[in-house]
Amino acid sequence: MCQTGNKEPLKAFTTRGLTKVYGEGAAQVHALRGVDVEIPAGELVVLLGPSGSGKSTLLNILGGLDRASQGSVLFQEQNLAGMTDVELTRYRRDHVGFVFQFYNLMPSLTAYENIELVTEIAADPMSPARALELVGLGERGDSFPSQLSGGEQQRVAIARAVAKQPTVLFCDEPTGALDSTTGRAVLQVLKSVNETLGATVLIVTHAAATADMADRVIHFADGRIREVRVNRNKRDPQDIEW
Amino acid sequence: MSPLDRKLLRDLWRIKGQATAIGAVIAVGVLLLVMMSGLITSLDETRRAYYERYRLADIFAPVKRAPQHLLAELAAIPGVNTVEGRITGHALINLPGLDIPLRAQAVSTPDFHTPRLNDFYLSAGRAPSRERLDEVMLLKGFAEAHGLQPGAVLDVTMNGARHTLRIVGLAQAPEFLYTTAPGELMSDDARYAVIWMNTQSLAAAYDLDGAFNEALLSIGRDSQPQEILNAVDRLLDPYGGFGAYGLEDHTSNRFISEEIAGLRATGSAVPPIFLAVAAFLLYIVVSRMVEAERGQIGLIKAFGYTNLETGLHYFKLILAIAAGGAIVGCLLGILAGRALVDVYLLYFKFPFLIFQLEPGSFITGFTVSVGAASAGGLLVLRRVFRLTPASAMQPPAPPHYKQLGKMARSIQSALDQPSRMVVRRLTRQPGRMAGAIAGIAAGMGLSVAMVGIMSGFNEAIDLTFNVVDQSDLSVTFNEPLSTTSLGNLRNIPGVMDAQSIRTVSAVLRYGRNRHLGAISGLPPNSRLYRAVDRSMGTIHLPTGGIILAEPLARILNARVGDVLTIAVRESRRPTLEVPVAGIAQTLLGAPAYMDLDSLNRALGEPNRMSGAYLRIDSAQQSTVYRTLKDMPTVAGVSLKRDARNALQEQMDMGAGAMRYIMLAVAGIITFGIVYNAARIAYAERARDLASLSVIGFTRSEVAFVLLGELAVVTLVALPAGSVLGYYLSFAVAAGFSTDLYQIPAQVPAAGYGAAALAVLAAASLSGWLVKRDIDGSDIVSALKARE
Repeated sequence: MCQTGNKEPLKAFTTRGLTKVYGEGAAQVHALRGVDVEIPAGELVVLLGPSGSGKSTLLNILGGLDRASQGSVLFQEQNLAGMTDVELTRYRRDHVGFVFQFYNLMPSLTAYENIELVTEIAADPMSPARALELVGLGERGDSFPSQLSGGEQQRVAIARAVAKQPTVLFCDEPTGALDSTTGRAVLQVLKSVNETLGATVLIVTHAAATADMADRVIHFADGRIREVRVNRNKRDPQDIEW
Repeated sequence: MSPLDRKLLRDLWRIKGQATAIGAVIAVGVLLLVMMSGLITSLDETRRAYYERYRLADIFAPVKRAPQHLLAELAAIPGVNTVEGRITGHALINLPGLDIPLRAQAVSTPDFHTPRLNDFYLSAGRAPSRERLDEVMLLKGFAEAHGLQPGAVLDVTMNGARHTLRIVGLAQAPEFLYTTAPGELMSDDARYAVIWMNTQSLAAAYDLDGAFNEALLSIGRDSQPQEILNAVDRLLDPYGGFGAYGLEDHTSNRFISEEIAGLRATGSAVPPIFLAVAAFLLYIVVSRMVEAERGQIGLIKAFGYTNLETGLHYFKLILAIAAGGAIVGCLLGILAGRALVDVYLLYFKFPFLIFQLEPGSFITGFTVSVGAASAGGLLVLRRVFRLTPASAMQPPAPPHYKQLGKMARSIQSALDQPSRMVVRRLTRQPGRMAGAIAGIAAGMGLSVAMVGIMSGFNEAIDLTFNVVDQSDLSVTFNEPLSTTSLGNLRNIPGVMDAQSIRTVSAVLRYGRNRHLGAISGLPPNSRLYRAVDRSMGTIHLPTGGIILAEPLARILNARVGDVLTIAVRESRRPTLEVPVAGIAQTLLGAPAYMDLDSLNRALGEPNRMSGAYLRIDSAQQSTVYRTLKDMPTVAGVSLKRDARNALQEQMDMGAGAMRYIMLAVAGIITFGIVYNAARIAYAERARDLASLSVIGFTRSEVAFVLLGELAVVTLVALPAGSVLGYYLSFAVAAGFSTDLYQIPAQVPAAGYGAAALAVLAAASLSGWLVKRDIDGSDIVSALKARE
């Protein structure tokens, strides 16, 4: 599912002329204004940009949570733009993991059960216990979200996202609500998921320093891609200046 | 258990207050359904089995005196299966210690075989032996009311002669399920008896040796009842037949049929109202929950759960509440049904009456409650499914508030900020507010209608015994007497006023409609017993017409000016053509009135009376009773006080007991609606309220913003609910009314007040419960909540 021995690395995503318009008439908002991008499989990619630049919109469209107004999105040769609701659901179920800024755990389920929610419908999941160990919370499975700190909640959210062994992992401001120490720990987990599971990881953030750990950095502004930079000097999250 | 199911259980626990309130509303709807259909089945089935086992006749043919050989001719009528002749007669029982004699019906039992028709159920002792002419069986209810046991001796007057008889057994019979003295409507165990004796003894007492005065017939299923009735009448006419009638006109059977029909009407009208209210509540609560959980729904969908799986999760929540309510309703319905069956046994003398469940009502109750509940829920879910996961996870856009017009602005400037918040919220979401107002108004309306019914019962009693009947007692005679005998009654010391009445049994027909009842002939300027119009004014009885009571006019579908065909079933049995001259107000029975002289003329028996109404000096009542007891012409005496008490008791304990259940149910619903409205408002505004606390508002000021809204909604709902209740009271009154008594739909001013107080009490209690939550809420966590 990751890279092959070919010279040309396999693409996780290829988009062409992607636009997204919200609202109608005078209230129209152009969130994406024609985005062309290629994301190689297995990379850890950081999308940078100010608020409202369109990076979360792109993430939602790539993740199958939302639909583009125009343009095409290829995921492993399949066009997400042409998929029905049922096919999109199937795509999310089989391939995609999500991590959100506000964790989005089910408050009425324990950490373990929150992960089970996903493993139950996934094709080839790891056990919830292993997913928790992966994020260093092997002992906290019985805790409800209200009994966990912000960083712990985010780690549970990551464990939940990776438990299905996704092809791609989308993270929308995963450290946005965390302090620097906790933030680094969370990024460390994301890095190890990328390396051990081989999943393509897309991180949306406006914290420029996060870019230092990425294989590739995409700069967004005003609904367009300003710059795509391949990072030759990847740093460990522990060494990132916050 | 899957994690989604665990989430479901915990969600249910979190909203347990609301879930309980909604479940309770569903439960009462199902309770009424299960209880009523169970009662209907129990009464219907038990009656059918009782009639069948004790071979109740299909046709009753009273006659003055017919020879035994006529029975063979009756049996030869095509379609007739079995014939039995018997002797019945009026009797008076003189109990020691009682000033007035008690009325009874004497019935013969065959000397040489068990009754082929109209058998009896022996509940104690034995049947009278063939050799002993002085042995009797007594109706069980009467015996119990007076503490009489087998072995006791009875002093009985039959046909003017006194007999001393020995009780050997106590019995019940399907033809005496409901017993009333002739001319009365209310059953009273203590005041009317049935005695069974040997045919030989009764033949001697009533001079009917070798003859019978009532033929009983059973007929085949496929036979033509009307043709058989005509044939019976043709055979019995030469011997003084009074007109044969079918089981449907038999008094006892008519009462129980009425009761079952009444239950059926109420049972099909009332529970749907409750279930509709419950569906509305569930819709509001589930729509609120789904709105609050849009983030979680989006997330579940983001993980790859399909719409169906997500929808099923919320549907299970609805199902749990609806099914939970329905199960509790079924159980309570069984308990309530069992309790009410015992009440019915007080009036309908079944030897046994076991509450039978109607399995269909379980299925109906479940289907309707779950269906009604999910209809509302699905509507909400459909809206959410249209959202893409991405937008579902966004918090909903803040509601759009607008500056109001100039005038509204000037009003608003007089308000402080918290009041403005209240006003803007009320005007911003008119749909939601209208929903809350409609809900509370529905509760108010139910309460108003039920309070109206409570006073309607008292109204019915008051009209009957204070306005229509202003006498103290009524006397009936063995045979119609000359009206000059009224002087004898007036001369009894203690009698202050006496007035004659002539009552004849008759079949009234108009078009295809018929009613077997009685016509009362009243003298002009009748004082002690009157026909009254709607405004309680006395109706003048015209010489050439008949006045029908409202329910009778309804049964016959006749209006003023229509000409009725009246077949009198007494004396010469003339058939009269009489126009309807007016409609009278009555709340008890379905009487018809004529001018006394006109009636007597039509019967060809001038100046006759069959009874009299008396007003007496209460200081001398014993003297009056004793004098009447010794008059051989007197067949019976009824005290108005006894009749009134019997009616009051029956209305309180019989079918009338239902109104207390309904009142409690209306209370539960009202509270359920108001409490839900308050909880939803709180849940929707928890975050705003927390923000207010942060800015420095006191807890009371914060509570004002929320409870102010509830107060306005409640106050607007009160007048709306009053109007709704006014109209609802007609529907409920019709449901409670039977041919036996009509419950007027009138809500006294105090009724609106009482209902308003009940709603305000429910609102205050709900407000207090919510305020307690506001006081105990954690500002920080409320602020952190995503929506």
